[in-house]
Amino acid sequence: MPDLAPAMTEILLICVAMALLMLGAFRGEEPGASRLVTPLAVMALVIGLFILLVGEKSESLAFEGQFVQDAFAIYLKILILAGAAACLLLTPAFLQRERIERFEYPVLALFSTVGMLLMVSANSLVALYLALELQSLPLYVMTAFHRDQTRSTEAGLKYFVLGALASGLLLYGCSLVYGFTGTLSFEGLASALAPAADGTRTISTGVLIGLVFIAAGLAFKLAAVPFHMWTPDVYEGAPTPVTAFLAAAPKVAAMGLTLRVFYQPFGAWAPEWQQILVFISIASMLLGAFAAIGQSNIKRLLAYSAIGHIGYALVGFAAGTQQGVHGVLVYLAIYLIMTVGTFACVLVMRRKGQAVEQIEDLAGLANHQPMLAAAIAIFMFSLAGIPPLAGFFGKLYVFMAAVQANLVPLAVIGVLASVVGAYYYLRIVKLMYFDESSQVLDRPIGREFSIILGAAAIFNLVFCLAPSWLLGQAQRAAAALLT
Amino acid sequence: MAIPIAHYLAVAAILFTLGIFGIFLNRKNVIVILMSIELMLLAINLNFVAFSAYLGDLAGQVFAMFVLTVAAAEAAIGLAILVVYFRNRGSIEVEDINLMKG
Repeated sequence: MPDLAPAMTEILLICVAMALLMLGAFRGEEPGASRLVTPLAVMALVIGLFILLVGEKSESLAFEGQFVQDAFAIYLKILILAGAAACLLLTPAFLQRERIERFEYPVLALFSTVGMLLMVSANSLVALYLALELQSLPLYVMTAFHRDQTRSTEAGLKYFVLGALASGLLLYGCSLVYGFTGTLSFEGLASALAPAADGTRTISTGVLIGLVFIAAGLAFKLAAVPFHMWTPDVYEGAPTPVTAFLAAAPKVAAMGLTLRVFYQPFGAWAPEWQQILVFISIASMLLGAFAAIGQSNIKRLLAYSAIGHIGYALVGFAAGTQQGVHGVLVYLAIYLIMTVGTFACVLVMRRKGQAVEQIEDLAGLANHQPMLAAAIAIFMFSLAGIPPLAGFFGKLYVFMAAVQANLVPLAVIGVLASVVGAYYYLRIVKLMYFDESSQVLDRPIGREFSIILGAAAIFNLVFCLAPSWLLGQAQRAAAALLT
Repeated sequence: MAIPIAHYLAVAAILFTLGIFGIFLNRKNVIVILMSIELMLLAINLNFVAFSAYLGDLAGQVFAMFVLTVAAAEAAIGLAILVVYFRNRGSIEVEDINLMKG
Protein backbone atom coordinates (compact mmCIF):
# COMPACT_ATOMS: atom_id res chain seq x y z
CA MET A 1 0.00 0.00 0.00
CA PRO A 2 1.69 3.22 -1.10
CA ASP A 3 1.79 6.09 1.33
CA LEU A 4 -0.61 8.73 0.04
CA ALA A 5 -0.72 10.89 3.17
CA PRO A 6 1.55 13.66 1.79
CA ALA A 7 -0.79 14.20 -1.16
CA MET A 8 -3.98 14.26 0.93
CA THR A 9 -5.00 17.79 -0.08
CA GLU A 10 -4.61 17.15 -3.80
CA ILE A 11 -6.51 13.86 -3.63
CA LEU A 12 -9.35 15.50 -1.70
CA LEU A 13 -9.60 18.40 -4.14
CA ILE A 14 -9.53 16.28 -7.28
CA CYS A 15 -12.25 13.99 -5.85
CA VAL A 16 -14.39 17.00 -4.91
CA ALA A 17 -13.87 18.51 -8.36
CA MET A 18 -15.06 15.33 -10.07
CA ALA A 19 -18.00 14.94 -7.69
CA LEU A 20 -19.03 18.55 -8.35
CA LEU A 21 -18.74 17.95 -12.08
CA MET A 22 -21.18 15.05 -11.78
CA LEU A 23 -23.47 17.11 -9.57
CA GLY A 24 -23.45 19.90 -12.13
CA ALA A 25 -23.93 17.50 -15.04
CA PHE A 26 -27.07 16.05 -13.46
CA ARG A 27 -28.50 19.31 -12.14
CA GLY A 28 -26.89 21.80 -14.50
CA GLU A 29 -30.16 22.80 -16.14
CA GLU A 30 -31.56 24.09 -12.87
CA PRO A 31 -30.64 27.74 -12.24
CA GLY A 32 -29.50 27.04 -8.67
CA ALA A 33 -26.82 24.50 -9.65
CA SER A 34 -23.93 26.92 -9.88
CA ARG A 35 -25.02 28.71 -6.70
CA LEU A 36 -24.66 25.34 -4.98
CA VAL A 37 -21.38 24.30 -6.59
CA THR A 38 -19.37 27.47 -5.88
CA PRO A 39 -19.72 27.41 -2.06
CA LEU A 40 -18.94 23.69 -2.04
CA ALA A 41 -15.77 24.32 -4.07
CA VAL A 42 -14.70 27.11 -1.71
CA MET A 43 -15.37 24.81 1.25
CA ALA A 44 -13.19 22.09 -0.30
CA LEU A 45 -10.36 24.59 -0.76
CA VAL A 46 -10.64 25.69 2.89
CA ILE A 47 -10.66 22.08 4.12
CA GLY A 48 -7.58 21.40 1.99
CA LEU A 49 -5.95 24.41 3.61
CA PHE A 50 -6.62 23.01 7.09
CA ILE A 51 -5.26 19.59 6.14
CA LEU A 52 -2.02 21.32 5.15
CA LEU A 53 -1.92 23.44 8.30
CA VAL A 54 -2.26 20.49 10.69
CA GLY A 55 -0.32 18.00 8.53
CA GLU A 56 3.24 16.74 8.65
CA LYS A 57 5.77 19.52 8.00
CA SER A 58 8.90 17.44 7.39
CA GLU A 59 9.93 16.28 3.94
CA SER A 60 8.09 13.25 2.60
CA LEU A 61 7.75 11.63 -0.83
CA ALA A 62 4.79 9.97 -2.53
CA PHE A 63 4.00 8.31 -5.89
CA GLU A 64 7.42 6.69 -6.35
CA GLY A 65 9.24 9.93 -5.64
CA GLN A 66 7.33 11.95 -8.25
CA PHE A 67 5.71 14.07 -5.55
CA VAL A 68 7.49 15.81 -2.70
CA GLN A 69 5.93 17.54 0.27
CA ASP A 70 8.16 19.81 2.33
CA ALA A 71 7.95 23.10 4.22
CA PHE A 72 8.60 25.00 0.96
CA ALA A 73 5.72 23.30 -0.83
CA ILE A 74 3.38 23.71 2.15
CA TYR A 75 4.09 27.44 2.43
CA LEU A 76 3.29 28.00 -1.26
CA LYS A 77 0.28 25.69 -1.21
CA ILE A 78 -1.27 27.65 1.63
CA LEU A 79 -0.85 30.83 -0.41
CA ILE A 80 -2.31 29.19 -3.52
CA LEU A 81 -5.33 27.77 -1.72
CA ALA A 82 -6.05 31.04 0.07
CA GLY A 83 -5.71 33.01 -3.17
CA ALA A 84 -7.88 30.61 -5.16
CA ALA A 85 -10.58 30.52 -2.46
CA ALA A 86 -10.69 34.33 -2.22
CA CYS A 87 -10.94 34.71 -6.01
CA LEU A 88 -13.64 32.06 -6.19
CA LEU A 89 -15.67 33.87 -3.51
CA LEU A 90 -15.60 37.04 -5.60
CA THR A 91 -16.87 35.39 -8.81
CA PRO A 92 -20.57 34.47 -8.44
CA ALA A 93 -21.81 38.07 -8.17
CA PHE A 94 -19.99 39.06 -11.36
CA LEU A 95 -21.01 36.00 -13.37
CA GLN A 96 -24.62 36.43 -12.28
CA ARG A 97 -24.76 40.02 -13.50
CA GLU A 98 -23.07 39.13 -16.80
CA ARG A 99 -25.51 36.22 -17.20
CA ILE A 100 -22.74 33.66 -17.68
CA GLU A 101 -23.34 31.82 -14.42
CA ARG A 102 -22.49 28.19 -15.12
CA PHE A 103 -21.45 25.42 -12.77
CA GLU A 104 -18.35 24.63 -14.88
CA TYR A 105 -16.56 27.70 -13.60
CA PRO A 106 -15.83 26.53 -10.03
CA VAL A 107 -15.06 23.02 -11.30
CA LEU A 108 -12.48 24.35 -13.76
CA ALA A 109 -11.03 26.57 -11.05
CA LEU A 110 -10.67 23.54 -8.76
CA PHE A 111 -8.88 21.51 -11.43
CA SER A 112 -6.55 24.39 -12.11
CA THR A 113 -5.85 24.78 -8.39
CA VAL A 114 -4.94 21.09 -8.11
CA GLY A 115 -2.55 21.63 -11.02
CA MET A 116 -0.93 24.51 -9.14
CA LEU A 117 -0.55 22.43 -5.97
CA LEU A 118 1.07 19.63 -7.96
CA MET A 119 3.39 22.16 -9.61
CA VAL A 120 4.98 23.19 -6.34
CA SER A 121 5.28 19.54 -5.31
CA ALA A 122 6.64 18.22 -8.63
CA ASN A 123 9.77 16.17 -8.15
CA SER A 124 10.46 14.94 -11.67
CA LEU A 125 10.23 16.31 -15.19
CA VAL A 126 7.12 14.21 -15.91
CA ALA A 127 5.32 15.54 -12.84
CA LEU A 128 6.43 19.06 -13.74
CA TYR A 129 4.97 18.87 -17.25
CA LEU A 130 1.71 17.18 -16.28
CA ALA A 131 1.09 19.58 -13.39
CA LEU A 132 1.80 22.57 -15.60
CA GLU A 133 -0.70 21.36 -18.20
CA LEU A 134 -3.32 20.54 -15.58
CA GLN A 135 -3.00 24.12 -14.39
CA SER A 136 -2.98 25.72 -17.85
CA LEU A 137 -5.72 23.84 -19.73
CA PRO A 138 -8.58 24.91 -17.41
CA LEU A 139 -7.22 28.47 -17.45
CA TYR A 140 -7.50 28.64 -21.27
CA VAL A 141 -11.15 27.62 -21.01
CA MET A 142 -11.84 30.04 -18.15
CA THR A 143 -10.33 32.92 -20.17
CA ALA A 144 -12.79 32.20 -22.98
CA PHE A 145 -15.62 31.71 -20.47
CA HIS A 146 -17.69 34.64 -21.73
CA ARG A 147 -18.30 32.69 -24.89
CA ASP A 148 -20.68 35.18 -26.51
CA GLN A 149 -18.17 38.00 -26.26
CA THR A 150 -15.54 38.37 -28.99
CA ARG A 151 -13.02 39.96 -26.62
CA SER A 152 -13.09 37.07 -24.16
CA THR A 153 -12.83 34.36 -26.82
CA GLU A 154 -10.05 36.23 -28.59
CA ALA A 155 -8.13 36.42 -25.32
CA GLY A 156 -8.71 32.69 -24.81
CA LEU A 157 -7.43 31.92 -28.30
CA LYS A 158 -4.28 34.03 -27.86
CA TYR A 159 -3.60 32.56 -24.44
CA PHE A 160 -4.05 29.05 -25.79
CA VAL A 161 -1.75 29.45 -28.79
CA LEU A 162 1.06 31.14 -26.85
CA GLY A 163 0.61 28.80 -23.87
CA ALA A 164 0.88 25.74 -26.08
CA LEU A 165 4.00 27.20 -27.69
CA ALA A 166 5.54 27.72 -24.23
CA SER A 167 4.68 24.16 -23.19
CA GLY A 168 6.36 22.97 -26.36
CA LEU A 169 9.54 24.90 -25.58
CA LEU A 170 9.57 23.57 -22.02
CA LEU A 171 9.03 20.03 -23.20
CA TYR A 172 11.79 20.22 -25.79
CA GLY A 173 14.09 21.34 -22.99
CA CYS A 174 12.94 18.41 -20.86
CA SER A 175 13.70 15.98 -23.69
CA LEU A 176 17.22 17.37 -24.10
CA VAL A 177 17.92 17.27 -20.36
CA TYR A 178 16.61 13.71 -20.22
CA GLY A 179 18.70 12.62 -23.19
CA PHE A 180 21.95 14.08 -21.94
CA THR A 181 21.62 13.00 -18.29
CA GLY A 182 19.57 9.82 -18.66
CA THR A 183 17.19 10.57 -15.80
CA LEU A 184 13.90 12.37 -15.23
CA SER A 185 13.81 12.61 -11.43
CA PHE A 186 15.06 15.77 -9.73
CA GLU A 187 17.33 13.83 -7.35
CA GLY A 188 18.86 11.98 -10.28
CA LEU A 189 19.42 15.23 -12.15
CA ALA A 190 20.96 16.88 -9.09
CA SER A 191 23.50 14.08 -8.69
CA ALA A 192 24.20 13.90 -12.43
CA LEU A 193 24.88 17.64 -12.60
CA ALA A 194 26.75 17.94 -9.28
CA PRO A 195 30.42 18.94 -9.43
CA ALA A 196 32.99 16.14 -9.35
CA ALA A 197 34.84 15.25 -6.14
CA ASP A 198 37.64 17.72 -6.89
CA GLY A 199 35.15 20.55 -7.38
CA THR A 200 35.37 20.85 -11.17
CA ARG A 201 32.09 21.20 -13.02
CA THR A 202 31.58 19.78 -16.47
CA ILE A 203 29.04 21.79 -18.44
CA SER A 204 27.35 19.65 -21.05
CA THR A 205 26.15 21.74 -23.99
CA GLY A 206 23.08 19.59 -24.51
CA VAL A 207 21.92 20.04 -20.92
CA LEU A 208 22.68 23.75 -21.09
CA ILE A 209 20.49 24.18 -24.18
CA GLY A 210 17.79 22.14 -22.45
CA LEU A 211 18.05 24.41 -19.41
CA VAL A 212 17.58 27.49 -21.58
CA PHE A 213 14.46 25.98 -23.19
CA ILE A 214 13.04 25.08 -19.76
CA ALA A 215 13.77 28.60 -18.52
CA ALA A 216 11.95 30.05 -21.55
CA GLY A 217 8.88 27.88 -20.93
CA LEU A 218 8.76 28.78 -17.24
CA ALA A 219 9.32 32.49 -17.96
CA PHE A 220 6.22 32.36 -20.13
CA LYS A 221 4.14 30.96 -17.28
CA LEU A 222 5.53 33.71 -15.04
CA ALA A 223 4.79 36.37 -17.68
CA ALA A 224 8.38 37.61 -17.50
CA VAL A 225 9.93 39.61 -20.35
CA PRO A 226 10.64 38.52 -23.17
CA PHE A 227 7.76 36.03 -22.87
CA HIS A 228 5.17 38.48 -21.56
CA MET A 229 3.35 39.38 -24.79
CA TRP A 230 0.21 37.41 -23.93
CA THR A 231 -0.31 39.08 -20.55
CA PRO A 232 -1.91 42.46 -21.42
CA ASP A 233 -4.34 41.00 -23.95
CA VAL A 234 -5.38 38.09 -21.76
CA TYR A 235 -5.80 40.30 -18.67
CA GLU A 236 -7.88 42.78 -20.63
CA GLY A 237 -10.01 40.30 -22.55
CA ALA A 238 -10.76 37.72 -19.88
CA PRO A 239 -13.80 38.26 -17.63
CA THR A 240 -12.58 40.20 -14.57
CA PRO A 241 -12.92 37.34 -12.01
CA VAL A 242 -10.83 35.16 -14.32
CA THR A 243 -8.21 37.90 -14.56
CA ALA A 244 -8.11 38.05 -10.76
CA PHE A 245 -7.73 34.28 -10.56
CA LEU A 246 -5.05 34.32 -13.25
CA ALA A 247 -3.08 37.12 -11.62
CA ALA A 248 -2.95 35.64 -8.13
CA ALA A 249 -2.46 31.93 -7.55
CA PRO A 250 -0.89 30.71 -10.85
CA LYS A 251 1.93 33.25 -10.48
CA VAL A 252 2.73 31.85 -7.02
CA ALA A 253 2.68 28.30 -8.36
CA ALA A 254 4.84 29.10 -11.39
CA MET A 255 7.38 30.89 -9.21
CA GLY A 256 7.44 27.95 -6.77
CA LEU A 257 8.02 25.50 -9.60
CA THR A 258 10.76 27.66 -11.12
CA LEU A 259 12.49 28.01 -7.75
CA ARG A 260 12.45 24.26 -7.20
CA VAL A 261 13.74 23.44 -10.69
CA PHE A 262 16.57 25.94 -10.55
CA TYR A 263 17.66 25.45 -6.95
CA GLN A 264 17.35 21.67 -6.68
CA PRO A 265 18.25 19.80 -9.90
CA PHE A 266 20.16 22.71 -11.43
CA GLY A 267 21.48 24.08 -8.13
CA ALA A 268 25.09 23.33 -9.06
CA TRP A 269 24.74 25.46 -12.17
CA ALA A 270 23.79 28.66 -10.40
CA PRO A 271 26.44 30.79 -12.17
CA GLU A 272 24.95 29.79 -15.54
CA TRP A 273 21.29 30.44 -14.80
CA GLN A 274 22.00 33.56 -12.77
CA GLN A 275 22.91 35.41 -15.98
CA ILE A 276 19.60 34.44 -17.59
CA LEU A 277 17.62 35.50 -14.53
CA VAL A 278 19.40 38.82 -14.11
CA PHE A 279 18.51 39.69 -17.71
CA ILE A 280 14.87 38.55 -17.38
CA SER A 281 14.51 40.41 -14.11
CA ILE A 282 15.89 43.73 -15.40
CA ALA A 283 13.84 43.54 -18.61
CA SER A 284 10.63 42.74 -16.70
CA MET A 285 11.09 45.54 -14.18
CA LEU A 286 11.78 48.14 -16.87
CA LEU A 287 8.97 47.03 -19.16
CA GLY A 288 6.53 46.88 -16.24
CA ALA A 289 7.51 50.41 -15.23
CA PHE A 290 7.48 52.13 -18.64
CA ALA A 291 4.81 50.30 -20.65
CA ALA A 292 2.14 50.81 -17.98
CA ILE A 293 2.37 54.60 -18.14
CA GLY A 294 0.31 55.01 -21.30
CA GLN A 295 -2.48 52.57 -20.42
CA SER A 296 -6.07 53.71 -19.98
CA ASN A 297 -7.67 50.34 -19.19
CA ILE A 298 -7.16 49.37 -15.56
CA LYS A 299 -6.90 45.63 -16.27
CA ARG A 300 -4.23 46.30 -18.90
CA LEU A 301 -2.41 48.56 -16.45
CA LEU A 302 -2.48 45.81 -13.82
CA ALA A 303 -1.09 43.36 -16.39
CA TYR A 304 1.98 45.53 -16.89
CA SER A 305 2.15 46.02 -13.14
CA ALA A 306 2.17 42.21 -12.72
CA ILE A 307 5.03 41.90 -15.22
CA GLY A 308 6.99 44.45 -13.19
CA HIS A 309 6.27 42.69 -9.90
CA ILE A 310 7.48 39.36 -11.28
CA GLY A 311 10.66 41.23 -12.23
CA TYR A 312 11.10 42.42 -8.62
CA ALA A 313 10.53 38.90 -7.28
CA LEU A 314 13.14 37.59 -9.73
CA VAL A 315 15.70 40.01 -8.22
CA GLY A 316 15.70 37.83 -5.10
CA PHE A 317 15.67 34.70 -7.23
CA ALA A 318 18.74 35.81 -9.19
CA ALA A 319 20.67 36.31 -5.96
CA GLY A 320 20.92 32.53 -5.71
CA THR A 321 21.16 32.49 -1.90
CA GLN A 322 18.85 31.30 0.86
CA GLN A 323 18.21 34.92 1.74
CA GLY A 324 17.14 35.53 -1.85
CA VAL A 325 14.66 32.65 -1.77
CA HIS A 326 13.35 33.99 1.52
CA GLY A 327 12.83 37.39 -0.11
CA VAL A 328 10.98 35.84 -3.06
CA LEU A 329 8.67 33.87 -0.76
CA VAL A 330 7.81 36.95 1.33
CA TYR A 331 7.27 38.93 -1.88
CA LEU A 332 4.90 36.29 -3.27
CA ALA A 333 2.74 36.31 -0.14
CA ILE A 334 2.47 40.10 -0.14
CA TYR A 335 1.94 40.26 -3.91
CA LEU A 336 -0.88 37.71 -3.69
CA ILE A 337 -2.74 39.72 -1.05
CA MET A 338 -2.24 43.03 -2.86
CA THR A 339 -3.45 41.51 -6.14
CA VAL A 340 -6.57 39.92 -4.70
CA GLY A 341 -7.44 43.22 -3.00
CA THR A 342 -6.85 45.28 -6.13
CA PHE A 343 -8.94 43.01 -8.31
CA ALA A 344 -11.73 42.98 -5.74
CA CYS A 345 -11.79 46.77 -6.26
CA VAL A 346 -11.84 46.38 -10.06
CA LEU A 347 -14.72 43.92 -9.73
CA VAL A 348 -16.92 46.43 -7.90
CA MET A 349 -16.37 49.13 -10.55
CA ARG A 350 -19.81 49.40 -12.13
CA ARG A 351 -21.91 52.20 -13.50
CA LYS A 352 -25.67 51.74 -13.97
CA GLY A 353 -25.17 47.98 -13.75
CA GLN A 354 -22.51 47.88 -16.48
CA ALA A 355 -18.95 46.86 -15.65
CA VAL A 356 -16.52 49.68 -16.44
CA GLU A 357 -12.76 49.31 -16.58
CA GLN A 358 -11.31 52.64 -17.69
CA ILE A 359 -9.04 54.41 -15.24
CA GLU A 360 -10.97 57.68 -15.77
CA ASP A 361 -14.06 56.00 -14.37
CA LEU A 362 -12.43 56.20 -10.94
CA ALA A 363 -12.34 60.01 -11.00
CA GLY A 364 -13.87 61.65 -7.97
CA LEU A 365 -14.49 58.32 -6.26
CA ALA A 366 -13.35 59.67 -2.88
CA ASN A 367 -16.37 62.03 -2.69
CA HIS A 368 -18.96 59.34 -3.24
CA GLN A 369 -17.41 56.22 -1.73
CA PRO A 370 -14.67 57.19 0.70
CA MET A 371 -14.14 53.65 2.03
CA LEU A 372 -13.61 52.08 -1.41
CA ALA A 373 -11.36 54.95 -2.46
CA ALA A 374 -9.29 54.53 0.71
CA ALA A 375 -8.91 50.81 0.04
CA ILE A 376 -7.79 51.41 -3.55
CA ALA A 377 -5.38 54.07 -2.34
CA ILE A 378 -3.86 51.63 0.18
CA PHE A 379 -3.38 48.99 -2.52
CA MET A 380 -1.86 51.48 -4.95
CA PHE A 381 0.58 52.81 -2.35
CA SER A 382 1.44 49.24 -1.41
CA LEU A 383 1.97 48.18 -5.05
CA ALA A 384 4.19 51.21 -5.52
CA GLY A 385 6.23 50.07 -2.51
CA ILE A 386 5.79 53.09 -0.25
CA PRO A 387 6.63 52.50 3.41
CA PRO A 388 5.19 51.52 5.85
CA LEU A 389 2.83 49.41 3.71
CA ALA A 390 3.43 45.72 3.07
CA GLY A 391 4.58 46.18 -0.54
CA PHE A 392 7.60 48.10 0.68
CA PHE A 393 8.81 45.19 2.82
CA GLY A 394 8.43 42.75 -0.07
CA LYS A 395 10.76 44.89 -2.17
CA LEU A 396 13.10 45.55 0.77
CA TYR A 397 13.89 41.86 1.34
CA VAL A 398 14.55 41.01 -2.33
CA PHE A 399 16.74 44.08 -2.88
CA MET A 400 18.65 43.38 0.36
CA ALA A 401 19.34 39.82 -0.78
CA ALA A 402 20.58 41.08 -4.15
CA VAL A 403 22.94 43.58 -2.49
CA GLN A 404 24.39 40.92 -0.21
CA ALA A 405 24.93 38.61 -3.20
CA ASN A 406 27.03 41.35 -4.86
CA LEU A 407 24.35 42.23 -7.40
CA VAL A 408 24.26 45.93 -6.50
CA PRO A 409 23.52 47.15 -10.07
CA LEU A 410 20.47 44.87 -10.20
CA ALA A 411 19.13 46.30 -6.94
CA VAL A 412 19.78 49.87 -8.13
CA ILE A 413 17.86 49.27 -11.37
CA GLY A 414 15.07 47.74 -9.30
CA VAL A 415 14.80 50.81 -7.08
CA LEU A 416 14.82 53.13 -10.11
CA ALA A 417 12.15 51.06 -11.86
CA SER A 418 9.92 51.18 -8.80
CA VAL A 419 10.26 54.98 -8.71
CA VAL A 420 9.06 55.14 -12.33
CA GLY A 421 6.29 52.65 -11.50
CA ALA A 422 5.10 54.80 -8.60
CA TYR A 423 3.99 57.42 -11.16
CA TYR A 424 1.10 55.43 -12.56
CA TYR A 425 -0.01 54.06 -9.21
CA LEU A 426 -0.09 57.54 -7.74
CA ARG A 427 -1.96 58.86 -10.80
CA ILE A 428 -4.88 56.62 -9.85
CA VAL A 429 -4.85 58.00 -6.29
CA LYS A 430 -4.76 61.55 -7.69
CA LEU A 431 -7.72 60.80 -9.98
CA MET A 432 -9.79 59.48 -7.09
CA TYR A 433 -9.05 62.27 -4.64
CA PHE A 434 -8.48 65.43 -6.66
CA ASP A 435 -10.49 65.07 -9.87
CA GLU A 436 -14.20 65.65 -10.37
CA SER A 437 -16.51 63.38 -12.28
CA SER A 438 -20.01 63.96 -13.57
CA GLN A 439 -20.88 60.28 -13.37
CA VAL A 440 -20.90 58.21 -10.22
CA LEU A 441 -20.01 54.55 -9.81
CA ASP A 442 -22.66 52.25 -8.35
CA ARG A 443 -22.43 51.49 -4.67
CA PRO A 444 -20.77 48.09 -4.18
CA ILE A 445 -22.99 45.28 -3.08
CA GLY A 446 -22.06 42.00 -1.45
CA ARG A 447 -20.68 41.19 1.95
CA GLU A 448 -17.91 38.97 0.58
CA PHE A 449 -16.41 41.94 -1.26
CA SER A 450 -16.28 44.08 1.86
CA ILE A 451 -14.73 41.27 3.91
CA ILE A 452 -11.99 40.41 1.38
CA LEU A 453 -11.27 44.05 0.56
CA GLY A 454 -11.12 44.99 4.23
CA ALA A 455 -8.95 42.03 5.20
CA ALA A 456 -6.47 42.71 2.38
CA ALA A 457 -6.30 46.42 3.17
CA ILE A 458 -5.78 45.80 6.90
CA PHE A 459 -3.05 43.26 6.14
CA ASN A 460 -1.25 45.84 4.02
CA LEU A 461 -1.54 48.44 6.78
CA VAL A 462 -0.52 46.40 9.81
CA PHE A 463 2.08 44.11 8.25
CA CYS A 464 4.86 46.40 9.46
CA LEU A 465 3.75 45.96 13.09
CA ALA A 466 4.04 42.17 13.22
CA PRO A 467 5.99 40.83 10.25
CA SER A 468 7.83 38.14 12.21
CA TRP A 469 5.29 35.33 11.73
CA LEU A 470 5.30 35.52 7.93
CA LEU A 471 9.06 36.06 7.86
CA GLY A 472 9.64 33.01 10.07
CA GLN A 473 7.46 30.78 7.90
CA ALA A 474 9.22 31.99 4.74
CA GLN A 475 12.60 31.41 6.40
CA ARG A 476 11.69 27.81 7.21
CA ALA A 477 10.37 27.26 3.67
CA ALA A 478 13.54 28.71 2.09
CA ALA A 479 15.72 26.52 4.32
CA ALA A 480 13.72 23.44 3.25
CA LEU A 481 14.31 24.25 -0.44
CA LEU A 482 18.06 24.57 -0.09
CA THR A 483 18.80 21.42 1.88
CA MET B 1 22.59 -1.14 -39.83
CA ALA B 2 21.38 1.00 -36.96
CA ILE B 3 20.78 4.69 -37.58
CA PRO B 4 22.89 6.78 -35.18
CA ILE B 5 21.06 8.93 -32.61
CA ALA B 6 22.32 12.20 -34.11
CA HIS B 7 20.10 11.65 -37.16
CA TYR B 8 16.99 11.27 -35.06
CA LEU B 9 17.88 14.39 -33.10
CA ALA B 10 18.47 16.37 -36.30
CA VAL B 11 15.09 15.35 -37.73
CA ALA B 12 13.35 16.20 -34.46
CA ALA B 13 15.11 19.56 -34.26
CA ILE B 14 14.11 20.41 -37.85
CA LEU B 15 10.48 19.44 -37.23
CA PHE B 16 10.41 21.43 -34.00
CA THR B 17 11.83 24.51 -35.73
CA LEU B 18 9.29 24.12 -38.53
CA GLY B 19 6.55 24.07 -35.90
CA ILE B 20 7.79 27.28 -34.30
CA PHE B 21 8.12 29.01 -37.67
CA GLY B 22 4.66 27.77 -38.56
CA ILE B 23 3.28 29.69 -35.59
CA PHE B 24 5.18 32.92 -36.16
CA LEU B 25 5.40 33.22 -39.94
CA ASN B 26 1.93 31.91 -40.66
CA ARG B 27 -0.35 34.70 -41.93
CA LYS B 28 -3.22 32.51 -43.08
CA ASN B 29 -5.50 30.95 -40.50
CA VAL B 30 -5.53 29.55 -37.01
CA ILE B 31 -5.96 25.89 -38.00
CA VAL B 32 -2.42 25.99 -39.37
CA ILE B 33 -1.24 27.23 -35.97
CA LEU B 34 -2.93 24.28 -34.24
CA MET B 35 -1.22 21.93 -36.70
CA SER B 36 2.12 23.58 -35.99
CA ILE B 37 1.64 22.99 -32.26
CA GLU B 38 0.96 19.32 -32.94
CA LEU B 39 4.06 19.17 -35.12
CA MET B 40 6.18 20.57 -32.27
CA LEU B 41 4.82 18.05 -29.77
CA LEU B 42 5.41 15.16 -32.16
CA ALA B 43 8.98 16.29 -32.78
CA ILE B 44 9.50 16.25 -29.01
CA ASN B 45 8.07 12.75 -28.82
CA LEU B 46 10.52 11.64 -31.48
CA ASN B 47 13.28 13.09 -29.33
CA PHE B 48 12.06 11.25 -26.23
CA VAL B 49 11.71 7.92 -27.97
CA ALA B 50 15.10 8.21 -29.68
CA PHE B 51 16.81 9.05 -26.39
CA SER B 52 14.92 6.28 -24.63
CA ALA B 53 16.09 3.67 -27.15
CA TYR B 54 19.62 5.04 -27.09
CA LEU B 55 19.86 5.03 -23.28
CA GLY B 56 18.02 1.74 -22.88
CA ASP B 57 15.74 3.46 -20.36
CA LEU B 58 11.95 3.12 -20.53
CA ALA B 59 11.15 6.39 -18.74
CA GLY B 60 11.42 8.39 -21.96
CA GLN B 61 8.81 6.26 -23.70
CA VAL B 62 6.48 6.60 -20.73
CA PHE B 63 6.92 10.37 -20.93
CA ALA B 64 6.09 10.21 -24.67
CA MET B 65 2.80 8.45 -23.83
CA PHE B 66 1.89 11.21 -21.39
CA VAL B 67 2.77 13.86 -23.97
CA LEU B 68 0.47 12.18 -26.53
CA THR B 69 -2.39 12.20 -24.03
CA VAL B 70 -1.90 15.84 -23.10
CA ALA B 71 -1.55 16.79 -26.77
CA ALA B 72 -4.95 15.24 -27.47
CA ALA B 73 -6.55 17.20 -24.63
CA GLU B 74 -4.83 20.36 -25.76
CA ALA B 75 -6.02 19.96 -29.35
CA ALA B 76 -9.59 19.41 -28.13
CA ILE B 77 -9.51 22.58 -26.02
CA GLY B 78 -7.86 24.56 -28.81
CA LEU B 79 -10.49 23.56 -31.34
CA ALA B 80 -13.30 24.28 -28.88
CA ILE B 81 -11.99 27.78 -28.23
CA LEU B 82 -11.56 28.27 -31.98
CA VAL B 83 -15.19 27.28 -32.58
CA VAL B 84 -16.58 29.78 -30.04
CA TYR B 85 -14.27 32.43 -31.48
CA PHE B 86 -15.49 31.72 -34.99
CA ARG B 87 -19.12 32.03 -33.85
CA ASN B 88 -18.46 35.52 -32.54
CA ARG B 89 -16.12 36.84 -35.19
CA GLY B 90 -17.12 34.91 -38.30
CA SER B 91 -13.50 34.44 -39.33
CA ILE B 92 -10.40 32.54 -38.27
CA GLU B 93 -7.88 34.55 -40.28
CA VAL B 94 -4.83 35.36 -38.19
CA GLU B 95 -4.99 38.99 -39.30
CA ASP B 96 -8.50 39.37 -37.91
CA ILE B 97 -7.39 38.52 -34.35
CA ASN B 98 -6.75 42.15 -33.55
CA LEU B 99 -9.52 43.37 -31.26
CA MET B 100 -6.94 44.12 -28.60
CA LYS B 101 -3.64 45.64 -29.56
CA GLY B 102 -0.48 43.70 -28.89
